[in-house]
Amino acid sequence: MEERPFSDISYRQFLSEGKFMGSRCRKCGELYVPPRHFCIACRSDDMEWHEMVGEGELAAFTCIFVAPPHMVELGYDRRNPYCTGVVTLKEGPRIVARIEGVDAARPESIAIGTPMKSDFIRLGEGEGAKTLLAFRPS
Amino acid sequence: MTGKRKLGRGVAIVGAGMSNFGMFPDKDSKDVFAEAFSEMIAGVDKGFDPADIQAAWIGNFSNDFFVHQAHWGPIIADLTGIAPKAVTRTEGACASSTLAMRDGLMAIASGMYDIVLAGGVEEMSKCTTEEVTEGLALATSPYEGDAGYTFPGVFGALATAYFNKYGAGREHLMNITIKSHENAPLNPKGQFKQTIKDLMEARKAKAEKKGLPVPGWADEKEALWDPAFNPPVAWPMHLYDCCPISDGASCVLMVAEELAKDFTDDPIYVVGFGQGSGRGLHACPSLTSFEANKNAAKEAYGMSGLKPRDIQFAEVHDCFSIAELIHIEDLGFFEAGEGYKAIAEGETRRDGRMPINTSGGLKCKGHPVGATGTAQMFEIWKQLRGEAGERQIPGRDLYIGATQNLGGTGGTCTFTIFERR
Repeated sequence: MEERPFSDISYRQFLSEGKFMGSRCRKCGELYVPPRHFCIACRSDDMEWHEMVGEGELAAFTCIFVAPPHMVELGYDRRNPYCTGVVTLKEGPRIVARIEGVDAARPESIAIGTPMKSDFIRLGEGEGAKTLLAFRPS
Repeated sequence: MTGKRKLGRGVAIVGAGMSNFGMFPDKDSKDVFAEAFSEMIAGVDKGFDPADIQAAWIGNFSNDFFVHQAHWGPIIADLTGIAPKAVTRTEGACASSTLAMRDGLMAIASGMYDIVLAGGVEEMSKCTTEEVTEGLALATSPYEGDAGYTFPGVFGALATAYFNKYGAGREHLMNITIKSHENAPLNPKGQFKQTIKDLMEARKAKAEKKGLPVPGWADEKEALWDPAFNPPVAWPMHLYDCCPISDGASCVLMVAEELAKDFTDDPIYVVGFGQGSGRGLHACPSLTSFEANKNAAKEAYGMSGLKPRDIQFAEVHDCFSIAELIHIEDLGFFEAGEGYKAIAEGETRRDGRMPINTSGGLKCKGHPVGATGTAQMFEIWKQLRGEAGERQIPGRDLYIGATQNLGGTGGTCTFTIFERR
């Protein structure tokens, strides 16, 4: 189907198109997200794109109160913290992503194991536009 | 295969030096390295001429970013008078100077050189906190930046996974902080020299002086729970879970085993070394362990023929409190999920069964990232030789110590075992 290279650039392009894609080894079936150029399980380089269902559960998280410059630009700081986490996907792999729809100012209210569904955060416009993967409680 | 590798010939450390660690607006990298180097030279028991150094490796993570100067090998070569002989910079994030030691180790073991210097330096305090945060973030996995992770954020996420799996909580991490701060006043070179109680008293005195309500904390943990004293950085990592921004340098003098007694009657032998590489949070097999640590431990134990129970004390990479807990489990000092209980029982205190970070750790001693690995070895050198002064581990005849150094968020892990014979 898709002929794009199995690269981070392709992965981000797909995100900007609203698609959450991984790469799967045609030889052994191992699934990777973000995509890998070759399979580290069987060493094959015969990969195919695979669209992820976008469901999983929260495996780890943190609420950032001291934000890096690129997040401060988006309005996050000590008074307005944000949550970022690790989600174990239904298909098996884990992914790091922003966690939306939770109260980052009250981290005790966020629970590991919470079912999650994928979402997209769209930033900027034109050339500088960027789409980030996010998850929120389902 | 990897667990049984031996060195071609033995290697000993015959001198060690460390600058004061802290924030030094009036000193640059050369100044602090000169401090460490001078101490090392002066500390070689039978005397030593630096002209005999045949090559050196110098760890530096990112002075290119922090002070806009790269290529530290020749700068240190010039400073120390080693030029025109070879001095090479090594980079493995916060494990940069352990990698310098590793290169020296391999060079001597191979027979290429007999006498080498290994050290590290970092100059971070000239940057703002935001700039340092940005600089350190260069050592995280590429995907974590997009997800908004900071360095403490990655460790915060690991902490939530650990808490969830093993039933620990923030109060258990506080035991690590309190213990490190208890060792801190005993280390004259450290950045922080106050216990948590000292810091509480200082805060109370300040409030009283300003006519503000005086905090009524009953003990250290009550203060650490108070966000006014210990604000969140990347929950559950709070201020006192995190190591500071530091300047500093450290170095060790390494020689072929058969030459060791020409320099000192009391050398320290490097008997095991291991290193591992880790993956980003999304791809690591466990969120409560560093697979790179496990590989490093397997290699170092295999090389030395020693087991975790043989290690009498260790310096481990406590860039964040949760990291210390994960390391002591990964290295086999405690079973997975049991480390926090052992810490609560005082086993990792200076007078406990398995003293960890008698130097005060990165948390209190400071963490000039490129200097940390060989600074950990400086502590092992002092403790094994019984020269650690007030912080000397009490009532024990020490002969085996170890250092564990972590680069990035687990991307590089090293484990080194030292023996006094």
